[in-house]
Amino acid sequence: MSSQAPVISCKNAWKLFGADPEAHLKTIKPEMSFEDIRAQGYIAGVRDVSIDVLKGEMLVIMGLSGSGKSTLVRCFSRLHDITGGTIEVDGQDIMSLSEKELIDLRRNKMGMVFQSFGLLPHRTVLDNIAFPLEMRGQDRHTRRERALEVIKLVGLEGREDYFPRELSGGQQQRVGIARSLAIEPDIWFLDEPFSALDPLIRREMQDEFLRLQQMLNKTIVFITHDFDEALRLADRIAIMKDGAVEQCDTPDQIVLKPATEYVRKFTEDIDKARVITAGVLAISGKKGTGEPVDAKSNVKQLANLLVHDKRKTIPVALDGEIIGAMERADGLTVLLEAD
Amino acid sequence: MASVTTNNTVPKVWSRQQLAAGFAITAVVVTIIQYSGLLPAWLHRLPEEWIPPFAPWLDAFFNFVKDDLGLLVVTRFLTEQLQVLLDTTANLLFGKRRWPNLGPIPWSAIAAVAAVAGYYLGGWRLALLAGGTFVWTALIGQWKIAMETMSVLVVAAPLAFVIGLLLGIAAWKSPAFNRVIKPVLSVLQTLPFFTYLLPAVIFFKVGPTAGAVATIVYAIPPMILMTTLGLQRVSPEVIEAGKMSGCSRWQMLRHVYVPAARTEILVGVNQVIMLCLAMVVLTAFIGMPGLGAKLLAMMGSFKLGRSFEIGVTIVLLAVTLDRLSKAWVVKLPEHFERGTPWWVRHKYLVLGLAAFVGFTILAIFVEWFGEIGRKQTWSKGKEMDTAIKTFLALDGVQAVTGSIRYVLNVWVLNPFRDFLLSIPTSAFIMFIVAFALAMASKKAAVLAAVFFGLVAFSGWWDRSVITLYSVLSAVAIAILLGLPIGVFAARSERWSRRVLLACDTAQTFPSFIYLIPAIMLFGITATSVVMSILIFAMVPLVRYTVEGLRNVPPEMTEAADMSGATKMQKLVNVQLPLALPTMAVGFNQAIMFAFFMVIIAAFIGTQDLGQELQRTLAGTDLGKNFVLGICVSLMALTCDMVIMEWARQKKAALGLD
Repeated sequence: MSSQAPVISCKNAWKLFGADPEAHLKTIKPEMSFEDIRAQGYIAGVRDVSIDVLKGEMLVIMGLSGSGKSTLVRCFSRLHDITGGTIEVDGQDIMSLSEKELIDLRRNKMGMVFQSFGLLPHRTVLDNIAFPLEMRGQDRHTRRERALEVIKLVGLEGREDYFPRELSGGQQQRVGIARSLAIEPDIWFLDEPFSALDPLIRREMQDEFLRLQQMLNKTIVFITHDFDEALRLADRIAIMKDGAVEQCDTPDQIVLKPATEYVRKFTEDIDKARVITAGVLAISGKKGTGEPVDAKSNVKQLANLLVHDKRKTIPVALDGEIIGAMERADGLTVLLEAD
Repeated sequence: MASVTTNNTVPKVWSRQQLAAGFAITAVVVTIIQYSGLLPAWLHRLPEEWIPPFAPWLDAFFNFVKDDLGLLVVTRFLTEQLQVLLDTTANLLFGKRRWPNLGPIPWSAIAAVAAVAGYYLGGWRLALLAGGTFVWTALIGQWKIAMETMSVLVVAAPLAFVIGLLLGIAAWKSPAFNRVIKPVLSVLQTLPFFTYLLPAVIFFKVGPTAGAVATIVYAIPPMILMTTLGLQRVSPEVIEAGKMSGCSRWQMLRHVYVPAARTEILVGVNQVIMLCLAMVVLTAFIGMPGLGAKLLAMMGSFKLGRSFEIGVTIVLLAVTLDRLSKAWVVKLPEHFERGTPWWVRHKYLVLGLAAFVGFTILAIFVEWFGEIGRKQTWSKGKEMDTAIKTFLALDGVQAVTGSIRYVLNVWVLNPFRDFLLSIPTSAFIMFIVAFALAMASKKAAVLAAVFFGLVAFSGWWDRSVITLYSVLSAVAIAILLGLPIGVFAARSERWSRRVLLACDTAQTFPSFIYLIPAIMLFGITATSVVMSILIFAMVPLVRYTVEGLRNVPPEMTEAADMSGATKMQKLVNVQLPLALPTMAVGFNQAIMFAFFMVIIAAFIGTQDLGQELQRTLAGTDLGKNFVLGICVSLMALTCDMVIMEWARQKKAALGLD
């Protein structure tokens, strides 16, 4: 999953919108709320956020609209300049980059997918996908070759010469995804990529996305307001409210141990059985009897076994190695949502 | 103006409406005192000796710029470059003996290419329109004069486009530049066209070059506005996608912003073409040969049949150019299947080339396809002339036009004019201020006072009032006629569509055309002036009335229906109040159009600013020309500012977008 130094390291980042944000930031005290700041004529898009994104991990940022999730991601790629704090990408403070260095960073390391696709209407599918390659000056032949490769990857063969308006929403987003992958970025930003799609297509695109992720293994920052989507995809989830990160943790921890009242309310309706895995319930050192269950399976998947098995403690194994055992009663409690 | 100072000391609790009423009452009192002969003369009209010599000052300034700063050297240099371009197009289109000495291109070849372009952009109907226009022009025997006009148009329109695009990008990039250019553009858009013509003649030689320059300057403002608008509207995600693709600034502009603003920029192109055509016809006043000059001559000698034919040619050209460029706006690229050969991908280009070459060769062998001689034309000018004159001479017709003329002149127009002239300058300005206060805001009232004050100090007060009188009376009659038409048309989907189409088409006609029917019916009289303005101003009025009424949200009319409102109740209580802000935009445009037309009507003979303006064209009186032009502009700007501000407030109050 994840290891070593963070790819993106964000420390006490602030983004204020208003007349003179830099000067105003100095007057802001830590106890001031979003509303207090707004009363002074400023909007805190990002409020004192410290977060690390580890190499190869998928961090999902969640929150209601207006909670600052899009703003935060745009600070990571410096589409927005932050007002205070630091953001480092691969150990380099991105606010210190010159315009040319910033362009180089985006040309070589970053890819981004947008909610309403952001395709250039006057370019064909092929030319849209080859656009970032064209911008960094690759010759026509190589960029065409690479674009065709990604087109194949996202399953759009045969549509190379179509214009965006001739495609369905799902197909347009495939173009958006292909374009963001054309330069083989290390870091992949996805800003609510599937929100504009209808539910059936959304599901299909999520599967497609998971397939790509397993194949490419990139560092991903994914924004969504859909908790189900977050649960399906995330290694870690960061929940934002009024520009601040309320909690950033693994899905099960967020559901089991909400850090704030807001997070608790946010996760209230979640089917915990789908989030909590055997690994979470396993108590290390404890020994069970009989066949072990896979640590990665969630309670829902184990429902049948939990109900019909007669064992009191069941051993749990991760990648074939026993890591402990779970109480069957704990599993049933989660399954029945009994507190 | 003692009343102003008293009003300034009034405590702030006075509302805008109360202030407005105060001004209006003071104005009435001042006017009554004047009628009783007790008003000091300086409050009635500013004494001559108070009027600063603006014209000589401006002349001195222009001379300084022209000679001392060496602007004339620059413009003369530009004139030479422009002359080369114009000579080239003149050679190609009507065979002027200049480089490259290839022309003239046979009319049949041009008509065929136009038809292919029409087919490519909009199918058979546009092909017929575009091809038909050129065939008509050739057959009616106006090919040469039409090409004289076109030769300037094809140079002026692209130059206006490029300059407008660049300035638009600059205004979008730099807020400071935008702030400077915005007021300049609004003045330019209200400045009477005569004020464009004289400087063009002085700096760029009489004839096509001056005509081209005036045309370019006239057509630039909307291009700038559309470019800025389009660039501002590019979706933020497209911009971010460009940035994330690692675009440099230049790449952003070239590959992201400008292509994404394609629609607005092409709408700008459409407006540039239409304004160029309108202006190029008007440059007849500075001796630019072509359709406009011919029309001017024919109308001057009251040859109505030929005037009508030229009018039809101009209208056809206008409609063709408008429809083609509008079709281009909505034309989007489509993909071809893989492996399509190049001649299929570019089949229209191939077809156009083939048609061009084919007809050019044909013209070598069959002279008729190259040039249609004088005797071969199908012009029925003389016959129509006789017909129209016989018709107008009929007793019944004479009685009708005669009585309309009599009633309008004796009962409406002259008394209204004399009344406006009888109001003291000071009271007049107070009325205007009261109007601005009641309708818009205190800021607008202050500006209105300044603007009309300047007009008073220009020394052309009486002529300005007469100009304003023509505008107001024509717009008032236009409202009386136009509103019922608009309200009626808005009642049904079908009629709305028809009327809107008619208005759209009429709006593409160069303003000069509107003189023809007025002169036909009422001869060269003051009634014709009002009539030509009236027809021209009615177009936006009807159009915006229909649009305003049709765009009332359906849930509101449904709510009225369910409340049991009759059609009349619904109209008065629901539709009209909600449509009023949109209709106000129509009133405003009608007034702006009227200010434009009243100047052209100087050709018929008026006693207003336009007449004086036209006279300056004969000389080199640049200072006077500008003073007069600015007077028109200031009055128009006042109306524009007040009405648009009112519409904005009303819209906000109604919660309409």
